[in-house]
Amino acid sequence: MEYGLDLEYSFNEFLKGFGLSSEIAHLIWLPLPMLLVLVAAVVGVLVTVWLERKISAAAQQRIGPEYAGALGVLQPIADGLKLLVKEDIIPAKADGILFTAGPILVLVPVILSWLIVPFGQNLLISNVGIGIFLWIALSSIQPIGLLMSGYASNNKYSLLGGLRAAAQSISYEIPLALSVLAIVLMTNSLSTVDIVNQQSGAGILSWNIWRQPVGFIVFWICALAECERLPFDLPEAEEELVAGYQTEYAGMKFALFYLGSYINLILSALLVSILYLGGWGFPIPVELIAKFLNLPINAPFIQVFTASIGIVMTVLKAYLLVFIAILLRWTTPRVRIDQLLDLGWKFLLPISLANLLITAGLKLAFPQFFGG
Amino acid sequence: MSIAITTQIICFTVLSLVILIGALGVVLLESIVYSAFLLGGVFMSVAGLYLLLNASFVAAAQVLVYVGAVNVLIIFAIMLVNKKEDLKPINDIKSRRIISTSICLTLLSLLIRVDLTNVWSLSSPQNSIGEESTIRIGEHLFSDYLLPFEVASVLLLMAMIGAIVLARRDVMSKDISTGLPVDQELIEKSSEPLLTNKN
Repeated sequence: MEYGLDLEYSFNEFLKGFGLSSEIAHLIWLPLPMLLVLVAAVVGVLVTVWLERKISAAAQQRIGPEYAGALGVLQPIADGLKLLVKEDIIPAKADGILFTAGPILVLVPVILSWLIVPFGQNLLISNVGIGIFLWIALSSIQPIGLLMSGYASNNKYSLLGGLRAAAQSISYEIPLALSVLAIVLMTNSLSTVDIVNQQSGAGILSWNIWRQPVGFIVFWICALAECERLPFDLPEAEEELVAGYQTEYAGMKFALFYLGSYINLILSALLVSILYLGGWGFPIPVELIAKFLNLPINAPFIQVFTASIGIVMTVLKAYLLVFIAILLRWTTPRVRIDQLLDLGWKFLLPISLANLLITAGLKLAFPQFFGG
Repeated sequence: MSIAITTQIICFTVLSLVILIGALGVVLLESIVYSAFLLGGVFMSVAGLYLLLNASFVAAAQVLVYVGAVNVLIIFAIMLVNKKEDLKPINDIKSRRIISTSICLTLLSLLIRVDLTNVWSLSSPQNSIGEESTIRIGEHLFSDYLLPFEVASVLLLMAMIGAIVLARRDVMSKDISTGLPVDQELIEKSSEPLLTNKN
């Protein structure tokens, strides 16, 4: 399965052509994918914000933003600029250091998790061996940032919001990790690239969603809860808590929270598509198309075609899920905090445990379907 | 000296400094909230050290367990009970500090002695297994370290049962520590929804 573009190799060869040593070439290469992914994440946020405004408007029979650019596509940029130039206020009795560190601690782990998101065989920053486990570990740092900003704001709504956020993400992390574990059991690997490759056998038929329907639903619910999206947006429930842990924030620090939550939403959607919807895979295997057209799989044309279709498929699947998340947000009511914790601990946790057990049993019984 | 080694040395120095200063801050700072957050920083830096040693799985597990679970719970508990009250001044605080410092220094000297006398370098050819380490850890946990692994899970189960017993006293008729019958009225009151009393 070692095909696809290897941009790093070509880039290094290109620089070596100018007489640079391979170490220097590697150093010049290193920041490029990171910058690219950062830009991709921010552009993704802008698109998602625009989608959210338009879809919410459609759900409420409004028009939504329409004056900034065609169909209001420049509205998110205007929002971002407004937040950028607003005054940065730290409340007089707040704890300055923790107040500033909180939003950073919320945003950084989310961006770091993009390290493992693959858009193609070689189109990811780093194919680390622990792959998906890195994301689970990193997402567990976030509640510290939320607690920190909730505490530092010196406001009872903020503190309550921070406590709720931490309680919520602790309780939903466990079913999330268990449903990922079932996938890992089938793949025999933690690496996201291996997880996608294991689903690429027969196009849409070999996607994990058919083998892990329960895991898919549990994972999606937990991912929504981790992103604090409605119906699970209790940490910032407007009617009860003003804005939760964000109450005292303004300007760029508020924008960091905003950015963090949207990047997290896109990341969750990407991970659902990688874990359950075949990642960069086309619904019909590309090998079949190549055979149909009588082209060798290693031809340069086919390679560029595969890479671009991979990126398009990943983004398409992710945005389909983002669309569902937005639609859910504007059409469902919020659950109560006790219902939320009941759902997490008394329903999702046993179900995901049972799902893991059944997957292990099926793997033993039908190794050709569940063994990867 | 190659770029990789220089980077490694810089990372090691920074991480060690953060660990040392952070750990001192955890012990010496007056504010318990700052101590708790610094503890999280120390845990993160230890995970960074594991990463430098090519043990990425252990590093991620360190972050997940110590930062994501233990430290969050510590901070959570501090914030739930955080009453801003002035602590009573203790009379013999100086002698207590001297005693605790001397105990800590003794322990430190013991650790330094272990460090100096032990032979650290391994001669086996499998010095760095890197990415494969996840599989190796799994194999060891289910073969020669099976008993410690299971005992650890029994320990966790005991802790869990203990927590449930402490939290759900209403299912018992007698208090565990004193043996007296439990004041049922107190429990009923706390488990009732708050809003029903007001109407």
